[in-house]
Amino acid sequence: MPFIPHTEHYVREMLAAIGAKDVDALFDELPAELRARGLQAIPAALIEQDIARVMHERAARDGQPLCFIGAGAYEHHIPAAVWEIATRGEFYTAYTPYQAEASQGTLQLLYEYQTMMARLMAMDVSNASLYDGASGLAEAVLMAVRANRNAKSKRILMPSTVHPLYRKVVRSIVSNQGIELVELPYCTACGNLVPASLERYNGEDIAALVIPQPNFFGVLEEVDALTDWAHANKALVIGVVNPVAMALLKPPGQWGSPGGAQGADIVCGEGQPLGAPLSSGGPYFGFMCCRKDYVRQMPGRIVGRTVDRDGRTGYTLTLQAREQHIRRSKATSNICTNQGLLVTAATIHMAIVGGTGLQKVAQACHANTRSLVAKLIANQYVEPVFTGAYFHECVLRLRVPLKNLLRPLAAHNLLPGYALEQDYPELGDCLLVCATETKTEADLNLFADHLHKLIERQTTAGCPVKPKM
Amino acid sequence: MLIFEQSRPGRAATAQSPLHSQDCADIPTSQLRTDAPSLPEVSELQAVRHYTRLSQKNFSIDTNFYPLGSCTMKYNPRACNTLAMLPGFLARHPLGPASAGQGFMACLYELQEMLKEVTGMQAVSLTPAAGAQGEFAGVAMIRAYHVARNDTARTEILVPDAAHGTNPATATMCGYTVHEIPTDKQGDVDLDALKAAVGPHTAGIMLTNPSTLGIFERRIKDIAKIVHDAGGLLYYDGANLNAILGKVRPGDMGFDVIHMNLHKTFSTPHGGGGPGAGPVGVSARLEPFLPVPMVGIDGDEYVWITEKEKPQSIGRLSAFMGNAGVLLRAYIYARMLGHEGMHRVAEYATLNANYLMAKLRDAGFDVAFPNRRATHEFIVTLKKQEKELGTSAMDFAKRLLDFGYHAPTTYFPMLVPECLLIEPSETEAKEDLDGFVAAMVRILDEARSTPEVLKEAPHTQPVRRLDDVRAARELDLTWKAPAA
Ligand SMILES: Cc1ncc(COP(=O)(O)O)c(C=O)c1O
Repeated sequence: MPFIPHTEHYVREMLAAIGAKDVDALFDELPAELRARGLQAIPAALIEQDIARVMHERAARDGQPLCFIGAGAYEHHIPAAVWEIATRGEFYTAYTPYQAEASQGTLQLLYEYQTMMARLMAMDVSNASLYDGASGLAEAVLMAVRANRNAKSKRILMPSTVHPLYRKVVRSIVSNQGIELVELPYCTACGNLVPASLERYNGEDIAALVIPQPNFFGVLEEVDALTDWAHANKALVIGVVNPVAMALLKPPGQWGSPGGAQGADIVCGEGQPLGAPLSSGGPYFGFMCCRKDYVRQMPGRIVGRTVDRDGRTGYTLTLQAREQHIRRSKATSNICTNQGLLVTAATIHMAIVGGTGLQKVAQACHANTRSLVAKLIANQYVEPVFTGAYFHECVLRLRVPLKNLLRPLAAHNLLPGYALEQDYPELGDCLLVCATETKTEADLNLFADHLHKLIERQTTAGCPVKPKM
Repeated sequence: MLIFEQSRPGRAATAQSPLHSQDCADIPTSQLRTDAPSLPEVSELQAVRHYTRLSQKNFSIDTNFYPLGSCTMKYNPRACNTLAMLPGFLARHPLGPASAGQGFMACLYELQEMLKEVTGMQAVSLTPAAGAQGEFAGVAMIRAYHVARNDTARTEILVPDAAHGTNPATATMCGYTVHEIPTDKQGDVDLDALKAAVGPHTAGIMLTNPSTLGIFERRIKDIAKIVHDAGGLLYYDGANLNAILGKVRPGDMGFDVIHMNLHKTFSTPHGGGGPGAGPVGVSARLEPFLPVPMVGIDGDEYVWITEKEKPQSIGRLSAFMGNAGVLLRAYIYARMLGHEGMHRVAEYATLNANYLMAKLRDAGFDVAFPNRRATHEFIVTLKKQEKELGTSAMDFAKRLLDFGYHAPTTYFPMLVPECLLIEPSETEAKEDLDGFVAAMVRILDEARSTPEVLKEAPHTQPVRRLDDVRAARELDLTWKAPAA
């Protein structure tokens, strides 16, 4: 019996101790008419070597295309040590650290993680994770509505440059609580939110402004001006940021003009770039930091440092009165299980790569994407769409129908980027491309060569295309 | 020592980042950070040693018996991890085309089908990231169902008082008020109270069966009828599915929507707090509202089912496909159990729990519901020991750590005073259960002879009992270097 250690002998002894005639007698409180029959739709058991065969075949079938898609999930080098250690049984098979004395490993690691995230974001405090970046943004919106005592409304300004899938998730999660999400248009020339466009909301009752950095197009938002505007209008600032970018860009805790009420109030985002493989979308983790004043409104677990009876330093879950197991229907969130193992990996990842290392990673990603863009726009049928400065991801317009290129490129085992038309109809034939530090010069050239050849075939075949001006 | 305290300026694991800095002059200086973030500066060995040593300060299933009630701490087969981390699965971008994901999608599709079969539900969506998110999806679907019928007067969700905290918290997140239903002396839902509570304002009830009291709710059919007759729907919290896997199915009990905790019943690891996976299953009337994405099949090709195909869906709960890698692990586990292995899980989990309960009762412990069968878990109440010897459930829990046993769940459910909720799971051998009983007997002796040994416990762990009050009052949530 897979994973069940009972011998017949022991089963007999155990039943005798219970005073039951057989195992079935233990189910005598279950109504007879409800008994299940068979589960025949489930296939017969496989031994390990047979399921291994199935999984190897399936994993191989998915190929390993050369991938230039970013759009919220980024391929980065992960030191071999990260998952070797994270999958040690002591981390991998422990529960949430409710028994603090028997969980000091996980708890100290979480305290180190909170410290690392607070430093990376230049914020006061961090929680111990949420499910992912998108649901984390939904939690940040709910938190902002609770935390902003100046605002009576539940209005949130949400730029359309926030990841389209994040906006969908926020809508699904907050819509039942009467929260109003106001979508803000972006500047079609520069690709970001124009601070002056917010003036129409001056003096209005707004709970929070969401600021993505970089935004979904890779374009940098004018974080200082936007933060100043929000604070002048008594709205909280929710930053939704890429953590690797924050090793290079001004961290949210420093947004805003010097002298003003500086810094974002809540910061969240997708933690995947810190040590989690792409793995088809999960498991990743959502991170969240905030100002100290708002920590009691924060969802999720938080670890604190304290002392034991002998005065020795130790770590424990704290501020649990915010959480569902204590506060029940009045909790800050229903979250219980979070993404602990991914945080374990991220902590080891950050410790090994280090601050300077992470900054070099960010620079290398950016330089690679810049170089890729230069190679691609050398073609007269490819052009950048936005003028705003970007980080490690860029929108390009093709003057040939994109749908004619994607399939042949996939046939070359190459994924050229994310097609934007499905989310932004005005960006037809536009591609969001990203080349992280994992791409070599040869990879970039391969992409450019394939694309140039395909475009040539299209344009000489008499397709209705127009070169850029 | 913290990793930060081992940090020295200029030290780095230089094999782990690009060799050279790159010029980023195209980014305006006003957008740049003025210095690199102050993360630890350590060698690779220092980091490896530090985190390996930290891991050794944890109890875990791989190292200890971990009978944490309501958490199903069973063996997490290593093959599930190894095979879910094959490079082909890890390298797949979530927004890559379905054509480059057929192997992965085949696993998800088959997992959906298997979960339909074990639960008796009409359709399954895998996307919720954990139990609580599954609950959210479930209650949001109940709401969407009522709204679609213009039945907007339903503002209340019923929750038994023994329920897990995520249940009432979820109801609130979905915009409902919570009405608690009491439990009767036998541990069942109080039917008279339920009858009095239901009405045109009832959106539904959230029920755990077996309940968190470790017993099977026998009058489930009556409960279903009372709630359905009032126009409400039934939500099944599947945290305790391990107890009934292959024996009874929530769909056959009359539930409209359920969530499963794959990190319990389907043996994916808890990872020191997560990730989990909380798929939801529904009856036909809720199928249009399932969260997306789901995996469908078109001819011999697997396809994504999105908002386009399911316009009434409650939407997305995470950016991509939930905790995809966890789903793969659960799939591998389910294939290794096969149809003949599912009911064995429930049988041996129940056998272990009833055996442990019998042995502890024989050793002089009070079980909370002595006239009931244990399901996969049961409750011991230490009220008597608290009153007579002054030793609490917490004291017993902490002393167990000294004997190498992780403590059972303490003080949950809140209904039973000084309780230990004990769940051994089917993967523990009789010898381990006997060892646990021996430790409990020894601790009971100590409670009589030297109670201070319990009150001072644990004695063998890296730290002794921690000052939680100080932790909450003098918040220290991030490390700051002491002033030089
Ligand atoms: C009865 C019950 N319901 C719901 C949950 C919540 O599940 P999760 O922690 O996966 O969100 C749990 C888990 O702790 C539970 O025991």
